[in-house]
Amino acid sequence: MKPRETTMDVSELKRPRRWHILIFLLPALIVYTAVMILPLIETLRQSFYNTVDGQYAFVGLGNFKVLFGDPRWAADFWNALRNNFFFFLIHMAVQNPIGVALAAMLSIPRLRFSAFYRTAIFLPTLLSFVIVGFIWKLILSPIWGVAPYLMDLVGLKWLFAPWLGRPDSALIAVSLISVWQYIGIPMMLIYAALLNIPDEVIEAAELDGVTGWSQFWKIKLPLILPAIGIVSILTFVGNFNAFDLIYTVQGALAGPDKSTDILGTLLYRTFFGFQLQLGDRSMGATIAAIMFLIILAGVSLYLFVIQRRMRRYQF
Amino acid sequence: MTRTTIKGLLLASSILGSAGLAHADTTLTIESWRNDDLAIWQEKLIPAFEAKNPGIKVVFSPSAPTEYNAALNAKLDAGSAGDLITCRPFDPSLELYNRKHLADLTGLPGMENFSDVAKSAWTTDDGKATFCVPMASVIHGFIYNKDAFDQLGLSVPTTEEEFFAVLEKIKADGNYIPMAMGTKDLWEAATMGYQNIGPNYWKGEEGRLALIKGDQKLTDEAWVEPYRVLAKWKDYLGDGFEAQTYPDSQNLFTLGRAAIYPAGSWEISGFNTQAQFKMGAFPPPVKKAGDTCYISDHNDIGIGLNAKSPNAEAAKTFLTWVASPEFAEIYANALPGFFSLNSTAVKMTDPLAQEFVSWREKCKSTIRSTYRILSRGTPNLENETWVESANVINGTDTPEVAAKKLQDGLDSWYKPAK
Repeated sequence: MKPRETTMDVSELKRPRRWHILIFLLPALIVYTAVMILPLIETLRQSFYNTVDGQYAFVGLGNFKVLFGDPRWAADFWNALRNNFFFFLIHMAVQNPIGVALAAMLSIPRLRFSAFYRTAIFLPTLLSFVIVGFIWKLILSPIWGVAPYLMDLVGLKWLFAPWLGRPDSALIAVSLISVWQYIGIPMMLIYAALLNIPDEVIEAAELDGVTGWSQFWKIKLPLILPAIGIVSILTFVGNFNAFDLIYTVQGALAGPDKSTDILGTLLYRTFFGFQLQLGDRSMGATIAAIMFLIILAGVSLYLFVIQRRMRRYQF
Repeated sequence: MTRTTIKGLLLASSILGSAGLAHADTTLTIESWRNDDLAIWQEKLIPAFEAKNPGIKVVFSPSAPTEYNAALNAKLDAGSAGDLITCRPFDPSLELYNRKHLADLTGLPGMENFSDVAKSAWTTDDGKATFCVPMASVIHGFIYNKDAFDQLGLSVPTTEEEFFAVLEKIKADGNYIPMAMGTKDLWEAATMGYQNIGPNYWKGEEGRLALIKGDQKLTDEAWVEPYRVLAKWKDYLGDGFEAQTYPDSQNLFTLGRAAIYPAGSWEISGFNTQAQFKMGAFPPPVKKAGDTCYISDHNDIGIGLNAKSPNAEAAKTFLTWVASPEFAEIYANALPGFFSLNSTAVKMTDPLAQEFVSWREKCKSTIRSTYRILSRGTPNLENETWVESANVINGTDTPEVAAKKLQDGLDSWYKPAK
């Protein structure tokens, strides 16, 4: 979105006005407005309305008061938010470091078959979440799963547990499945950043005697920090919008005991209803509005605080 | 709408091989969650109807059971739903009627073939309007592997004590998993567990109506005790039952690896084709020998008319046919385990289905306790019961805590009529 604004500024400064820029932007702008911005505004609007005595009416912040004030709504919401943060933390703690490590290994010039590894690791990202969810449910199944069998082969069967069915491990298991699926994205972005580091910089470092690990920590890591920042913000937005994988693996009630319930599944259940529970659009829109605010806050924090302080190097 | 109709027409023409040129046929689309029944509709029911009613074509268009309610609501609001709507029992359909999505069928010819109890799941609270034609009910009980029972010299348990004795013997023998049930999908624990054995403890209709009236609470002994029994099931379920899904349970049983399956009668047709061994069934065991037995005989499926259907006349012709004994006979025999609600007695050939339906004679029937009225608010009692039943079996919550959570949830919105 940012580059678009800058181009507009430039077009206003110079004469004659370059109308073709606007024309070229128009199709994307129209599509984006129709499928993203208008529904978003409509959702935000709906969160201020509810049905009162059979009439659809403006209730101000009434829905938000119910969401945070009613002990049951609040319990469900905070539970989902807590789980969502945990989901995000696991991604940050596992997906991104491993992504960086994989990218660093792939960028070793002597590595053979690197194209194969790159493709193989990126492949799950291209798979449908339905397939990923289903495969992992089967792998981890205590009855037919290949996981208990493989662990038995190396004598680790005692470590196996029905992870997806236990309240204390289900969320970790689902998060790791998601990490497995999306690990290719940080890997690719950071790999590209690593390839962008000019050879002169590396050679200069080597002349100064900075090699091996210290070269990675002191030279390469600072240079790829902006890429890691982008990856983190993408992870944040992706995680707080997540829904699909949990829905396919754990169902809409996000069991057991709501231990895998995140904002996305809570929103789905509330908005569309589930089984005997009827959909409640106003409360659903309220949860969606809160999700929007959380993501907006996270992205703003990154854009206005972190990104500005990040040092960039020009070569 | 047009797209589904075209898709439906393509489907119908390819499957039924109808060579007729496009003359002015009316096409009726049926919305349903019973995707398992696709073949039966296409091969048996629809041809039987179309043979008698030339000029009306019927397309059965099911969606996944867990998505049906949400998808149907969205389609109805958007005006793209089919002409005929398969009705979930009780409140979801009542809500559709109240929102004018379902037409009033009180005066439909053929409605007189059903008793008030049969119609209760699709009738307004005041009993004035009926909006779906009742199709079938399902009965809960236990299906067992007869070969395994013979091999281990076990007899069918009739009391709770005998039931656990049988489970203990199967466990001691070690060849079979005593009971095939998982808690991963949550609803198995509630539907096949709590609602299956529960009526014996809360005395069926008596307890259910008292709960609605507010005379009993979910924390009363009659409602906590089934949870206490359920908690004991834990020791007899398969390894890793916490992550065992519903299809896993079905497969464990039909592959002959488990001896007992807490069931709903809807399993019968699937099990008949899958299982290679002899099967039998027994009703939920009573507490003490000689106690009256209660079974969950739950009105499960009906069919109604989309109030905005452009083909209302043709749809009504179809619904009248659904209300006829002819439909009841084809349906009940094509789908053993879905018992007709038609007042005319239907002859069934399947022995397992006959066993299930025979309990209607000796036991008192009730419906699932959470379905009528009590699941109208938030939190939803039925969904909470899923979560808590699984928690009790997993040992996450004690029976008392689970019952208290459910009652607190119910109290937060439900005020019994004085």
